Amino acid sequence: MTTTPTTSSTPAPGLVYGLYSEGEPITDTKAPDGPIDRRWNTRKFEAALVNPANRRKLSVIIVGTGLAGGAAAATLGEAGYHVKSFCYQDSPRRAHSIAAQGGINAAKNYKNDGDSTYRLFYDTVKGGDYRSRESNVYRLAEVSANIIDQCVAQGVPFAREYGGLLDNRSFGGVQVSRTFYARGQTGQQLLIGAYQALERQVAAGTVEMFSRHEMLEVIVVDGKARGIIARDLVTGEIETHLADAVVLASGGYGNVFYLSTNAMGSNVTATWRAHRKGAYFGNPCYTQIHPTCIPVAGDHQSKLTLMSESLRNDGRIWVPKRAEDCDKDPRQIPEEDRDYYLERIYPSFGNLVPRDIASRQAKNVCDEGRGVGPKVGDFRRGVYLDFTDALKRMSADAVAEKYGNLLDMYQRITGENPYEVPMRIYPAVHYTMGGLWVDYDLQSTIPGLFVAGEANFSDHGANRLGASALMQGLGDGYFVLPHTIRDYLAKGPFEKIDESHEAVVEARASVDARVAKLLSINGDRSVDSFHKELGTVMWEYCGMERSEEGLLKAIDLIRGLRDEFWRNVKVLGGADTLNQSLEKAGRVADFLELGELMCIDALHRRESCGGHFRAESQTDDGEALRHDEEYAYVAAWEWGGQDGAPVLHKEDLVYEFVELKQRSYK
Amino acid sequence: MNLTLKIWRQAGPKTKGEMVTYPVTDISADMSFLEMLDVLNEQLNARGEEPIAFDSDCREGICGMCGLMISGKAHGPEVTTTCQLHMRSFSDGDEITIEPWRADAFPVIKDLVVDRSSFDRIIQAGGFISANTGSAPEAHSVPVPKHHADRSFMAAACIGCGACVAACPNASGMLFTAAKITHLGELPQGQPERSARVVNMLDQHDREGFGGCTNIGECSLACPKEIPLDVINQLNKDLRYALIHHGTPE
Amino acid sequence: MKMLMAVSGALFVFYVLAHMYGNLKIFSGVEAFDEYAEHLRTMFTPFLPFGGFLWLFRLLLVAALVAHAWSAFYLWSRARGARTTRYVAKEAAKATVKSRMMRWGGVALLLFLVWHLLQFTIVKFNVGSMAAENSPGLLVISSFQVWWVVLIYVLALVALGLHLYHGVWSATQTLGWAGNAAARARAKTLATVIAIVTSVGFALPPLAILFGIVKGS
Repeated sequence: MTTTPTTSSTPAPGLVYGLYSEGEPITDTKAPDGPIDRRWNTRKFEAALVNPANRRKLSVIIVGTGLAGGAAAATLGEAGYHVKSFCYQDSPRRAHSIAAQGGINAAKNYKNDGDSTYRLFYDTVKGGDYRSRESNVYRLAEVSANIIDQCVAQGVPFAREYGGLLDNRSFGGVQVSRTFYARGQTGQQLLIGAYQALERQVAAGTVEMFSRHEMLEVIVVDGKARGIIARDLVTGEIETHLADAVVLASGGYGNVFYLSTNAMGSNVTATWRAHRKGAYFGNPCYTQIHPTCIPVAGDHQSKLTLMSESLRNDGRIWVPKRAEDCDKDPRQIPEEDRDYYLERIYPSFGNLVPRDIASRQAKNVCDEGRGVGPKVGDFRRGVYLDFTDALKRMSADAVAEKYGNLLDMYQRITGENPYEVPMRIYPAVHYTMGGLWVDYDLQSTIPGLFVAGEANFSDHGANRLGASALMQGLGDGYFVLPHTIRDYLAKGPFEKIDESHEAVVEARASVDARVAKLLSINGDRSVDSFHKELGTVMWEYCGMERSEEGLLKAIDLIRGLRDEFWRNVKVLGGADTLNQSLEKAGRVADFLELGELMCIDALHRRESCGGHFRAESQTDDGEALRHDEEYAYVAAWEWGGQDGAPVLHKEDLVYEFVELKQRSYK
Repeated sequence: MNLTLKIWRQAGPKTKGEMVTYPVTDISADMSFLEMLDVLNEQLNARGEEPIAFDSDCREGICGMCGLMISGKAHGPEVTTTCQLHMRSFSDGDEITIEPWRADAFPVIKDLVVDRSSFDRIIQAGGFISANTGSAPEAHSVPVPKHHADRSFMAAACIGCGACVAACPNASGMLFTAAKITHLGELPQGQPERSARVVNMLDQHDREGFGGCTNIGECSLACPKEIPLDVINQLNKDLRYALIHHGTPE
Repeated sequence: MKMLMAVSGALFVFYVLAHMYGNLKIFSGVEAFDEYAEHLRTMFTPFLPFGGFLWLFRLLLVAALVAHAWSAFYLWSRARGARTTRYVAKEAAKATVKSRMMRWGGVALLLFLVWHLLQFTIVKFNVGSMAAENSPGLLVISSFQVWWVVLIYVLALVALGLHLYHGVWSATQTLGWAGNAAARARAKTLATVIAIVTSVGFALPPLAILFGIVKGS
């Protein structure tokens, strides 16, 4: 075990901005010392073993059935533990991992182009703008090759070459081809692989599946996570489930922005409830904004749809040079009146700059009034992604072969033909790098509560590289968690508790009270209207560009909105039946608390890093400016109580192998 | 545009349902079908009527959660999922009938929400390749000819939405079952369990109360992922082989 | 179940082809036809009693018919059971229309079969005006000189053609013989050829008789 040297100063007493206080730093992440390529092996060896005969006496609850949760449930089931798996959807196969399009990275070096575990590690640390842990990222790169082997063995139909071997492509601006893919449906195919492995364990009796169940509270007994309270969404029954350990793999919280590429049901409730029970929340403000989404068409919009950023390989991004050209037919705007702004500002990377830069520049040109498409509010929020040159260069058939399904999807949603008219795109919230703080074992600050996949904060730092989310989800679920959780379970089975235990009764009562409260307010405003308003505030002040003034304003607005929510929300229907308004209300209530913490986190981080541009921290020519000497740490937030202020715990990030550099794509 | 919606309302699994008529106004052609229902639900909520329950999650056509019978067609008039159907496919003044998937193997839970867990149980019966985590050989040790990989992928595109069952006059789940048989059967990794898989999955399919397949083909026409009918042919072929060479299931 | 349907159906396909071949003998004259009828009964006589083969064959056909009809009924009732609440609105695709015709066409063919057997096999009643005792050939000719008998037959043959067209195609699918585009195209062609050959082949004798091309004397 290592104790990292602390560079941060001793915590200042009292409240900062009147909003938060600073607590003791986190000094031990449980990552072993030594050469970085030996650490994971060391940890696996040191982790205690559980006798196969004892495994079935040990139970694990897993919330979420996406890549991380599904893979973990299947793997722990195979190992012989008694697993209870929960998802809010009607089937584990619907988890939102399914929507990932592009691909999954793995350091296989099948293309012999100089890839290696070390290079994937290096690229991921750099891509995360030096805000992730070296040990974790190295482990991720290390298991990446096993993931591909595992998925192929399960029958995942990856794209292949004519010789029958797996195909790779280069993705997200990296210079090696290490991305495995299944057309535009990689996430779907990987998830179905994990789902089938999970269903196999359901048939074998090792996993009990609870679909259409939503976790509403975590049960903590004597400081350890021992179970959850869940609501059966069909009957409305509030159920208690007890176990020796709890895993949260409930995904990200991008829906705090209302409009995002997340699924309608994606929510923060599982992790937020755990946060309130003592789990620290890591880097909540780290949100990824994806540059190539279909723009908002009007107020009715319920979600945004992403198009794979592979489109940027052949499409050119531009806006008119003059604002008065913005409502013209783009085909009538002559070449000299177009501003191919990415090619102009970043001549060497051009349209292939990283996601955060592409997104922020799109926002900039739209803020200048040069956006295109319909006006939403006062601005046109869209830029052209033009395939005209590619169509001239490649032929329509070749373009269709490569991008056909994406272009068809665009046409279906917008009603415009991208083979004739340039597409319009705009950035949208896509992924949250932040999440519950976990140590090297993926264990949160509540012993026995593990967090995997997008729900934890761990591997992507301040910005996630393309094709890394699938890698992390499956890496956590198949290869990391099953090893680390056994070290914890080896200490079990823990003292038997029953439903009359004080902690269980308390958790249940709080859930019952909350449900009853939501149904009894009977005010004037729908849940969706609150959600939309929160989303607007978050997008405006805690989106791509943040400033102290804006964030302080946002915190005020959110507090007012939260207050109104609990006085004036209108939730119809009963508690003892399928009630989708009630489900939404519970989720929005938690978003209203999370939103404030995100703004506080964003406020305290006075640097531009990753996808987060802080207006007060920029270079002379308007590029993002990081401050490594002050902010090279993980911000882990402790719940400060219903009326208290959150407490910031800093975990310093120490770079032994990768040298910190300012990113430059000029 | 203004529309008249006739929507199935059913309070619970055991209560009797009925069609209720709702007019909606000022619908934009750019809305998706489900966003149009969101608008209606907001209005119902404001009036103090309980909103209409319907399933949807990703709303980008891949999770398979949504699915409505729209004027007699599964997922409506276009070849896509309900969430990707847009109102520009309709015209002002249209009367639209909206019903849940109807099959006894998909019982109604509430309004337009049905229980499709029968599909999960069909997968449990054999829709997988047994490969424990960590036991996998190097991915390149078994090359897969491209045409097999492509055909496997074509079948693996199934999103399990249930439109095939909804559209089938027999309420058969054969296209869903056959897509999985074909996805796994086309791959070398899927061979060891191939015969047992088809026999057991089909057995479970029948036990769930789905109708039998009579090669009508409505399933494939309704499939948002355009899974062709020949996957059923594949299933039949595998079944014939399994019955002749390996006997009947226990 | 579907396989039973397909296999029993296939048996009928072979049977109707043979039956049609026999019918066409009427063009060679009444004697040839009678001889053929007699031959069916004397086939394998050293091993089987007179008419033995025919009876065995009839038994097989009846078994196939029962199997075919029973599996049809079973599938139909299972389909009904699989959707006890019906759609308020359901648009049927073209394919469904064809398939529904299988069901009702099948029932129509069954009714026709009863009539056909009564007429020529069991009762052998003669609706025509010619004397036809003990000559199947003459009985056939006599019957088909009546226009409405021919009409019944032609209608039945149309039903048979459609039933065969979809049935043969469907059977190749059920037996897993239509796995790729080329095989599917072959199956469709085969189905079309069998359907047309059979219905036209069967329709020729009655029409020829009605229009006086084949006469009894």
